[in-house]
Amino acid sequence: MGVQTKKTGYKIGNFIIALILIGFALICIYPLAYVIFASVSDPTRLTQHTGLLLTPLGFSKEGYKLLFHNVPIATGYGNTLFVVVVGTTLNIFFSLLAAFVLSRPQICLHKLLNKMAVFTMYFSGGMIPLFLVVKSFGLLDSRWALILPVLINTYNMIILKSSIEGLPATILESARIDGAGEFTLLLKIVLPLVKPTIAVLVMYYAVEHWNSWFNAMIYIQDRGKYPLQLLLREILIGSNTVAASMGADVDKYMSLTKYCASAVGALPIMILFPFLQKYFVQGVMAGAVKE
Amino acid sequence: MAVPVVLYYLLFHYLPMAGLAISFLDYRPYKGVFGSEFIGLENFVDFFTSRSCWTVIRNTFTLNVYDILIVFPTPIILALLLNELRSRWLKKGIQTVIYIPMFISMVVLCGIIKDFCDTQGVIPQILLNVFGIDTGNLLMRPELYKTVHVFSSLWQYAGWNSIVYVAAISAINMELYEAASVDGCGRWKRLFYVTLPGIGPTILVMFILRIGRLMSAGYEKVILLYNPLTYETADVISSYTYRMGLQNGDYGYATAVGLFNAVLNLIILIAANNIAKKKTGKGLW
Repeated sequence: MGVQTKKTGYKIGNFIIALILIGFALICIYPLAYVIFASVSDPTRLTQHTGLLLTPLGFSKEGYKLLFHNVPIATGYGNTLFVVVVGTTLNIFFSLLAAFVLSRPQICLHKLLNKMAVFTMYFSGGMIPLFLVVKSFGLLDSRWALILPVLINTYNMIILKSSIEGLPATILESARIDGAGEFTLLLKIVLPLVKPTIAVLVMYYAVEHWNSWFNAMIYIQDRGKYPLQLLLREILIGSNTVAASMGADVDKYMSLTKYCASAVGALPIMILFPFLQKYFVQGVMAGAVKE
Repeated sequence: MAVPVVLYYLLFHYLPMAGLAISFLDYRPYKGVFGSEFIGLENFVDFFTSRSCWTVIRNTFTLNVYDILIVFPTPIILALLLNELRSRWLKKGIQTVIYIPMFISMVVLCGIIKDFCDTQGVIPQILLNVFGIDTGNLLMRPELYKTVHVFSSLWQYAGWNSIVYVAAISAINMELYEAASVDGCGRWKRLFYVTLPGIGPTILVMFILRIGRLMSAGYEKVILLYNPLTYETADVISSYTYRMGLQNGDYGYATAVGLFNAVLNLIILIAANNIAKKKTGKGLW
């Protein structure tokens, strides 16, 4: 009898725990679902509706049509894609180079270089001096301003460095004895061995570039070079002028196009994330081991 | 091989650090660093005697305190709850869902927050229709800004931050649980005598690291969500730096404010690190 009540109590406990977690998960996903439902809803019904939304209200592609017609979304995607692809490639190359250099005690000033890199994680010149430096290099209004200042993320580089340091020293030694130069060593021996860490870093750098908007806001003036996030910011945070041409219906379409803009920014990540999740989780683990 | 690496750090990290010197100048872009007049500590004096000074320092501090009280413990609770789930697929599914907001861009998340807080938005409408409270637009109410900021952070980060604790729990020796069960420990006793002591060191390290960021608050979310009506309660040191420097073009003054914040952060971080070393034997350096 006593055992029975204990078991029932345990089961009720499990049920409550599952309920709390499912509740929290719903709170996490609902705002995103809401935005997607709203973005394909009928604009008239959407304006009349208040409160929660559990399905789209009717179906309409008008918001997306208006958005793509009035905002250079395709160009924005193109600019973002350029920064993601070129930026991430350079990020990986330079992080690998830095990690390799800093993992080798033979190199001159090894300790000083390591300290120099680590120090930048805890102290920096800050927003204004960096802006003035970027400006003085003539990088204003150039896509390179979105890539060069963030070429190496020191935290990521250190994760890579510890995984290089974890390689058996004998492998590197025997390659050197066989006459491999430093670059051959890096590309032919080290790179293949740290591929799992590289995969993690690719994800982190790429998503950082994809989501970044602040640097573009301060460095880029030419709307033709705006990355997607900056275009979305105009619509979501600034004054949304997408629906300006709609005359009397402007209010109706204003909120609709906002939902469409949110969906355009969120959907690619929502679709890809479940498949790439394990890499991001590994990144956290790698960082934790370092500490 | 070291050259490009050193060059990168010199050009984009150490040159800006040298650029901090303009906080002692009446910096005029057309005169350049060397042509601008040296004014000593005037920028700092201006900041400390300004009305904004205490507002932004207070906002930065209280925002972090609320964040520590609310956003810091939630991932621990989530991890403890996830650990009790028996169904593997349910656990995996919930984890994937609660991680997602972390990877959606700040612009889109803040767009959604703005929409949900609007007078016609979901949250005020629920408050009005279910509880009869008429709040109006939450982001237009200065006294509510920090509440919105902190509770939306819960949505953004709590799920993702639980990973560290989930990993720490899974590293606890299973035999301890078995022994506890044999000794007749129920769920609560296992929680207090096995799980919590097991992840205690992780919690302590995370807490000390969090304290190290006591006076730093990201400007991104603030400058996306605030407006002149809520500057009084929303403006933090870094958003103030941005507004003064890049919007008003007062470079020397803004750099002085930024330097003050950077030094303050460094001091707090060093203090937190020393405590961490004393308590746990581990630190950042």
